[in-house]
Amino acid sequence: MQLQSLEADVLDQVAAASDEAALEAVRVATLGKKGSISERMKSLGAMGPEERREAGAALNLLKDKVAEALAARKMALQEAALEARLLTEKIDVTLPVRPQGQGTIHPVSQVWEEVVQIFGDLGFAVAEGPHIEDDFNNFTALNIPPEHPARQEHDTFYFNEKPDGSRMLLRTHTSPVQIRTMLASKPPIRIIAPGRTYRCDSDMTHTPMFNQIEGLVIDEITHLGHLKWVLAEFCKAFFEVDDVKMRFRASHFPFTEPSMEVDINYTREGGRLVIGQGDSWLEILGSGMVHPNVIRSGGIDPGKYQGFAFGMGLDRIAMLKYGIPDLRAFFEADLRWLRHYGFRALQVPTLAGGLT
Amino acid sequence: MKFTFSWLKDHLDTTASLDQIVEGLIGVGLEVEEVSDLTKALAPFKVAYVRDAVKHPNADKLRLCAVETDDGVKQVVCGAPNARTGMKGIVALPGAYIPGTKVTLEKGVIRGMESQAMLCSERELLISDEHNGIIEVESHWAIGTPAVKALGLDDPMLYLKVTPNRPDALGVRGIARDLAAKGLGKLKPLEAAPVVGTFSSPIKVTLDFPGNDTKPCPLFVGRYFRGVKNGPSPDWLKRRLRVIGLRPISVLVDITNYITFTYGRPLHVFDAKKVNGNIGARLARDGETIAALDGKTYDLTSAMTVIADAAGPEAIAGVIGGEPSGCSETTTEVFLEAAYFDPLRTAATGRKLGIASDARYRFERGVDPAFTQTGAEIASAMILKLCGGEASHLEIAGAAPDTSRSFTLRAARVKSLGGADVPLTEQSRILTALGFGVSETAEGLSCAVPSWRPDVHGEADLVEEVCRIVGLDNIPFAAMERGHAVARPVLNPLQKRMLAARRTLASRGFNEAVTWSFIPEAHAALFGGGQPDLKLANPISSELTDMRPSLIPNLIAAAGRNIDRGFADLALFEVGHAYAGDRPEDETLRAAGLRRGAAVARNWQGGARAVDAYDAKADALSVLEAAGAPIATVQVVAEAPAWYHPGRSGTIQMGPQNKLAHFGEIHPRVLAAMDVKGPLVAFEVVLNAIPGAKTKGAARPALNASDLMAVARDFAFVVDDGVEADKLVKAAKSADRVLITEVAVFDLFKLDGAKKSLAIEITLSPRDKTLTEAEIDAVSAKIIASVQKATGGILRS
Repeated sequence: MQLQSLEADVLDQVAAASDEAALEAVRVATLGKKGSISERMKSLGAMGPEERREAGAALNLLKDKVAEALAARKMALQEAALEARLLTEKIDVTLPVRPQGQGTIHPVSQVWEEVVQIFGDLGFAVAEGPHIEDDFNNFTALNIPPEHPARQEHDTFYFNEKPDGSRMLLRTHTSPVQIRTMLASKPPIRIIAPGRTYRCDSDMTHTPMFNQIEGLVIDEITHLGHLKWVLAEFCKAFFEVDDVKMRFRASHFPFTEPSMEVDINYTREGGRLVIGQGDSWLEILGSGMVHPNVIRSGGIDPGKYQGFAFGMGLDRIAMLKYGIPDLRAFFEADLRWLRHYGFRALQVPTLAGGLT
Repeated sequence: MKFTFSWLKDHLDTTASLDQIVEGLIGVGLEVEEVSDLTKALAPFKVAYVRDAVKHPNADKLRLCAVETDDGVKQVVCGAPNARTGMKGIVALPGAYIPGTKVTLEKGVIRGMESQAMLCSERELLISDEHNGIIEVESHWAIGTPAVKALGLDDPMLYLKVTPNRPDALGVRGIARDLAAKGLGKLKPLEAAPVVGTFSSPIKVTLDFPGNDTKPCPLFVGRYFRGVKNGPSPDWLKRRLRVIGLRPISVLVDITNYITFTYGRPLHVFDAKKVNGNIGARLARDGETIAALDGKTYDLTSAMTVIADAAGPEAIAGVIGGEPSGCSETTTEVFLEAAYFDPLRTAATGRKLGIASDARYRFERGVDPAFTQTGAEIASAMILKLCGGEASHLEIAGAAPDTSRSFTLRAARVKSLGGADVPLTEQSRILTALGFGVSETAEGLSCAVPSWRPDVHGEADLVEEVCRIVGLDNIPFAAMERGHAVARPVLNPLQKRMLAARRTLASRGFNEAVTWSFIPEAHAALFGGGQPDLKLANPISSELTDMRPSLIPNLIAAAGRNIDRGFADLALFEVGHAYAGDRPEDETLRAAGLRRGAAVARNWQGGARAVDAYDAKADALSVLEAAGAPIATVQVVAEAPAWYHPGRSGTIQMGPQNKLAHFGEIHPRVLAAMDVKGPLVAFEVVLNAIPGAKTKGAARPALNASDLMAVARDFAFVVDDGVEADKLVKAAKSADRVLITEVAVFDLFKLDGAKKSLAIEITLSPRDKTLTEAEIDAVSAKIIASVQKATGGILRS
């Protein structure tokens, strides 16, 4: 057979191979050990040099062409096979993903972290104290002697009397942490003390347990102007507004002197509270310069040291900031509420990234 | 504390508006709870004259009136039976908002006749419920006079929330004094000229206390009046009392109430004819009783002070008067009592008897002892003026307790404590205006405290006085020094663990709850609590009686409530305290979680998978790991507290003495007792129990990774059912602690004859050179031998 017709014949066979097996058969029949082209290569040895050179070159050319055709056909067949497979592998991407519970962080916990971010930046450490307190830390050391009318107003939860006549109580405020902190450390002191507090009171706006945050600074120079500044800076940072109007009203707490209550301005827009706008006032905290008797109870010399203290409701500022209407719902563990008002697991408040 | 604007002006000479006064009160620390000013709401209502009232041509019960108003004569259709020619009433013209009906008045046509205005009833003005007829005013009021003026309602009422340290502000005069110091007017001179007695009182006063210790009542002032006429008080007095919510009784009683509210000085009047013998203050005798003016009878004890005559107690000192000797319309002889009672004893008495009175309210906060006699004189003058009669000389027993004291206010102290720059002369002016006796000294100001300020005990109080009058709003903001340019960390390890536990559990799909620290007694008992030390003496409800020994019971109860709302699959957690005793160290911070229902909800790829103890174990381990516990070395043992299923629960511990967490299925009996259906698993991690991190510094040890390929080999062992997987895994690991880097359980199934097959995958990580088959076989043989020795397990063929 002439080389040209062999070439045409082989290339036809390559093109006709419908799968990789057929293609391999063609390869064996042409380029295999006993293939038609290989056989012809073997016959070159019997030729004269001139003839061999010519025929050899032609045969090599043919061999290359066939090899190329085989490779091209092989790739085409693989491509076609992949395409065909992919066509069978279609899924419905609109089907839902595997179910996975979405966790949440309680608003009180979120606000705890926000408050700690702000006061941490101002150099306030976080102090804590027990919920079951004694009379001294909760009252007497805070300049509320027995029979003081303020004791009646605290609606204290008591435990049963001990054989020695004393009885423990549930702390009515976070202020006992002031005493514990002063007794355990030396000035200068800058702490906040967030935590649970308890009063025997329950109605639309009161729950027998609630969360407070206490602040305490003791050093030699801090005065009322510093207290005002800290509270103003806190309110701006916490409510994330450029300016909050604040009203500082003289008031009375046994543990501070002078004492003041602080209001911030707000307005209502479509049933929502907007802090930092409007002319209405909302009381948010009580504060003052720590009473000399309290400093003394903390084992510190009030002749040399002074400072301020403040206390506010952690639940309350959470309600104000996030528009949560009902305090009682905070403690009911209603999944609908937890999911609606809760925060995402990795929504960690930072000063750099913003609190909300 | 309630009073009216005009009442205040009796004592404060001022041109300030009501709004300015309110602002001033708030500024000085007298919180204004409410201002009730009808002059604004009732501004459209004015006096009008009914020139003519005739029957409506088309209706029997209606009248057609011609009414003269300050806007001309209007035709008014009126249904009131008392509408008649010649009367003066209150008219509203179209456009006026009627508070009682909440509509804005428009011209109307009633039964064919135009009605151009409305004659109003009291209910329409919301000043009473009266709606049987229209308001009639006295004929001297000119047409167009504002209704509030003609009705005597033009005196705004103020309601202050007075802090307990300020008994002086429980009288109008004390409030006026603060406002005068604030610069809102001048305090008018006190009108308290002594009344000249004309006879000697037939009733003497005595103080009768054991050992002459007159602390309960150091001063008793009395005065006898004869020939008085009791009866209704004059209109101005009745009106003032009504506005502040007091019911006028009779002029004698009303005078005592009026002086209570004007000067913060409670008094009492006895019908002298009903007094037996002399009268005096003494301690009650146990077993004595008194029928009080509130209609109730009280049992007295020797801890209480009474005012008594020969017949027995006639009043509970500083709290309430007695009914038998009270004044009535027929009283003609009166004995006036003004005394000073010990605040603590008065408070304790009132509290014990459950009596809240205006007198107790003031005495327990501390009335001005020096004002006792003055109060009696003012009352005397008022009695003589309003009731006539004759007054005796004053009868006085004891003396006012000496409360005199002075404190120095250093010149720079207002600045250094209050942060306010106030010139010394201004400080002096303020304190003087508040009644302090001020004199300048080398140090600053020496200040004698007035007798009506029991709250002032030192320099800080003086600073407060100056600051509150200057106004706290006027104190400049002062930046606090920043300790470090970049803030230092402030959280302690436990606080960081708390945050890590929370975020970890939320990321595992848990919803965080915050629940009560106290729980029902029955729940406490189920979880190892209920100790006497941890029971509230005065719980707010029977559901909140015991401090919780664990966080789990509240989570189970919450799960129950949520299940009832249709949430069958849920994961709840809480991070909070549990209480093992009443000492601070008995409170531990815990992270507890609960899963209920399906761990994976039913979905199109397969059915639901119910929660099991291994879910809870994974949760507990993830919390421990996030909180920095050494997870690689903790032990998991098959024992747990009694509220867990005994066979499906465990404890994670560092050793028998340091348990970090427990987990498992909740005991079916506990669920039944709490009426919550399972499947339900829970865990509780004690965050306090986790040991602190040992490593210091941020740097990590160098990475020691081998480039040689690790080799994995599988082994399946047949062991007895009771053999714990952990034991087998540990035995395998111990075969070569260097080469074996991981042992993973990958298969478990039950075999006949109380046996099971447990399959493990061993990872061998060569360090120096690739392992040969011979070396691998040698390790394998060691593993098989080690497992067999430890567990009796045989390699499955």
